[in-house]
Amino acid sequence: MKKHKIFFAFLLIGSMAACNDSSTKTAETAAPEVVANGGQEAVKDDESAKDIVKVAIGSKDHTTLVAALKQADLVTSLSNAGPFTVFAPTNAAFDKLPAGTVEGLMKPEKKEDLQNILQYHVTLAAMKAESFIDGQVLGMVNGDNVTVSIKDGKVMLNNSATIVASIPASNGIIHVIDGVLLPPAKK
Amino acid sequence: MNLIKNNALGLATLALMFGFSSCKPKNVGSAVSGDAASKSYVAPGKYDEYYNFVSGGFSGQMSVYGLPSGRLLKVVPIFSVNPENGWGYSEETKPMLNTSHGFIPWDDQHHLDLSQTNGEIDGRWIFANANNTPRVARVDLATFHTAEILELPNSAGNHSSPFITENTEYVIAGTRFSVPPDDSNGDVPINTYKQNFKGTISFISVDQTNGNMDIAFQLQCPAVNFDLSHAGKGVSSGWFFFSCYNTEQANTLLEVNASKRDKDFIMAVNWKQAAELIKAGKGRKQAVKYASNRYNEKTHTATSTIKTEVTVMDVKDFPGLVYFIPCPKSPHGCDVNPTGEYIVGSGKLAALIPVFSFDKIQKAIAAKAFEGEYEGIPVIKYDAALYGEVKKPGLGPLHTEFDDKGNAYTTMFVSSEVVKWSVKDLKVLDRVPTYYSPGHLMIPGGDSKKPTGKYLVAYNKITKDRFLPTGPELAQSAQLFDISGDKMQLILDYPTIGEPHYAQAVAASIIRDKSVKFFKIEDNSNPYVSKGEPTAKVVREGNKVHVYMTAIRSHLTPDNIEGIKLGDEVYFHVTNIEQDWDVPHGFAIKGAATGELLIMPGETTTLKWVPDRAGIIPFYCTDFCSALHQEMSGYARVSPAGSNVPISFSTGTNQPKSDSIPAK
Ligand SMILES: [Cu+2]
Repeated sequence: MKKHKIFFAFLLIGSMAACNDSSTKTAETAAPEVVANGGQEAVKDDESAKDIVKVAIGSKDHTTLVAALKQADLVTSLSNAGPFTVFAPTNAAFDKLPAGTVEGLMKPEKKEDLQNILQYHVTLAAMKAESFIDGQVLGMVNGDNVTVSIKDGKVMLNNSATIVASIPASNGIIHVIDGVLLPPAKK
Repeated sequence: MNLIKNNALGLATLALMFGFSSCKPKNVGSAVSGDAASKSYVAPGKYDEYYNFVSGGFSGQMSVYGLPSGRLLKVVPIFSVNPENGWGYSEETKPMLNTSHGFIPWDDQHHLDLSQTNGEIDGRWIFANANNTPRVARVDLATFHTAEILELPNSAGNHSSPFITENTEYVIAGTRFSVPPDDSNGDVPINTYKQNFKGTISFISVDQTNGNMDIAFQLQCPAVNFDLSHAGKGVSSGWFFFSCYNTEQANTLLEVNASKRDKDFIMAVNWKQAAELIKAGKGRKQAVKYASNRYNEKTHTATSTIKTEVTVMDVKDFPGLVYFIPCPKSPHGCDVNPTGEYIVGSGKLAALIPVFSFDKIQKAIAAKAFEGEYEGIPVIKYDAALYGEVKKPGLGPLHTEFDDKGNAYTTMFVSSEVVKWSVKDLKVLDRVPTYYSPGHLMIPGGDSKKPTGKYLVAYNKITKDRFLPTGPELAQSAQLFDISGDKMQLILDYPTIGEPHYAQAVAASIIRDKSVKFFKIEDNSNPYVSKGEPTAKVVREGNKVHVYMTAIRSHLTPDNIEGIKLGDEVYFHVTNIEQDWDVPHGFAIKGAATGELLIMPGETTTLKWVPDRAGIIPFYCTDFCSALHQEMSGYARVSPAGSNVPISFSTGTNQPKSDSIPAK
């Protein structure tokens, strides 16, 4: 940002020097305002179907997840064209983790660990609940795998979390799950 | 032959001498000053101040630029097929290019006019002319999609078009080439121009609720060439003014034979009176044939209707309707200032710019200050209509627009400059070179009641040495000037598509916020729509196979299709079921002799494919729609004629039996 301002100031000085014979130059030809950077999540659009981030933000059961996505800088990525399948643990699912786990992961020095965990909940391709097959192995964005099992018509992931609801979004599908998926320990 | 050559050479020498002695631009040295970059700079992520609509000339399309950045925002296909998005190739859009001559894939698009209310640009539509096979199009500015194309009978070379009246009551289209009327025997010797040819002006009504155009009536005028035109406004409301050349009525070597007379004409038409006469039942019904093509935004489908009748009034039968005003030397531009009082004729071979006064024209008509008649039409005395002349403006005046401070700006083709002059006292105030040979120029709102005074764009025909050379053909250019001060200042030079002629511009706020983001799928009433994957299907009807296909990130449904046979015609009706801004999908299949489809969210379009061999034929989404766009594909199986492979289709289930668990 600072760099931009300096650049414009320079331009202005340059222009005044070059055109000091012209009486019509006014301050209104000054540098255009510098643009704040934002990812696709900053696009103003109240008409289109909601993307995964907007759906999650609108859910009162996912405030922990949304806060974690923000902390892990994943909001911009999940506002992208996708298509994504996102397994979205509820607040209650996060609460099931040992006390202090979430607070610990939210610390700046733990950002990589948080990213690793959250990316373990995302895969590329929009997969409907009915398209999962028992024994299917999903390659997740963090590089590790999640194994699907189907029991009594319910879809379970790593035998530790169950899909309790599925919500279509413009850039993929959110499957709400009742547990947090923990990636395998690093070798 | 020799004589002509010598003449041309003589003229060129003369022009050069003039150019160097009297018309040398004064401020060549300051053509580009230091702050030009900051004046045209629009920071990444920031919007431009103006939408600038630029005719595409021989490209047949319209381009849209942002000002002041000169960034190309879009090319809207109108009169030429556009394989890039299927315009003229998809089954739904083919009817848009239908004419009484059948399907025509190209035209020459010269002029644009934005719709107005009370003489001010309202941002509803922009109208475009087709020069070659006479047509007028209307582009919807909520979708930036061509909504309608109307063919014009009794016309040839629809150049003096499409200029609108103050409230967009009519779009006016004057023929460049006079020809024998469509219902007469046109099989006549060409040199019977004077006896058999007529010049026709069409008045196209515009339905204010939906924009639909129809030919309200036509005026049959003496055979001349109509070049450009503009509506009166304010004090001259209800009148229309046309520049006319070839009043010599030459039918060969117009280069020489249409430049003989000292003066041609501006034709003044009392269109309010014409409309009243039509209402009173005047005029004769004439049998003609022309196409009216409309695009329906709900079915996403065009319909072409051939119409067979038009009402024509011969202007010499209705005294008081039309007058000629002498205007020097083959006038091109015919421009009316913001108050409507002054009409500027730009005679491209003239050494001055005449400015006519509407008030004086009315007084001359009342006093019958006529110098005679031309083909039965009164010709007003030049001095009786003239307000005054701009002396020594430059060489080759072509086109004039106006700013908000009472100034006029005229392009000079021969001396390659824009000349600024005061409408009040007709004094030249400034001149600035262009690079090179400008045709039209444009000020946002510059032909409306409410012009702006910040920018001017000149559209140049010749760009030798202005851009990196690209072989024999060079891009034509737009040159942006800051006109907010006393001196015009060049601030940007950028290439354009096709050949820009007339252009328009309007403040972004008039259009920006009503831009459509996607089409609502529930409103889609295309007969072949599939509103969701469960309704996707393949249906055989005789030798026609209809594929009702959906597209969403990142798969097509169905994506495995079997049972197509040689001899079938296959129609892929692809519905983009996304409801998200800026997410089109594409569709193409190997060997299809057509353009791709580019399907907007919520839209259905159809690609026709006639397989020419048995085998497995892949199809895919051509748009980089998502991270998995390379996966967005499928296969069609084509069997020999007479095969008994049944129609079947699926997505995701046609798995090899031994491998039901996909590894990832
Ligand atoms: Cu796609």
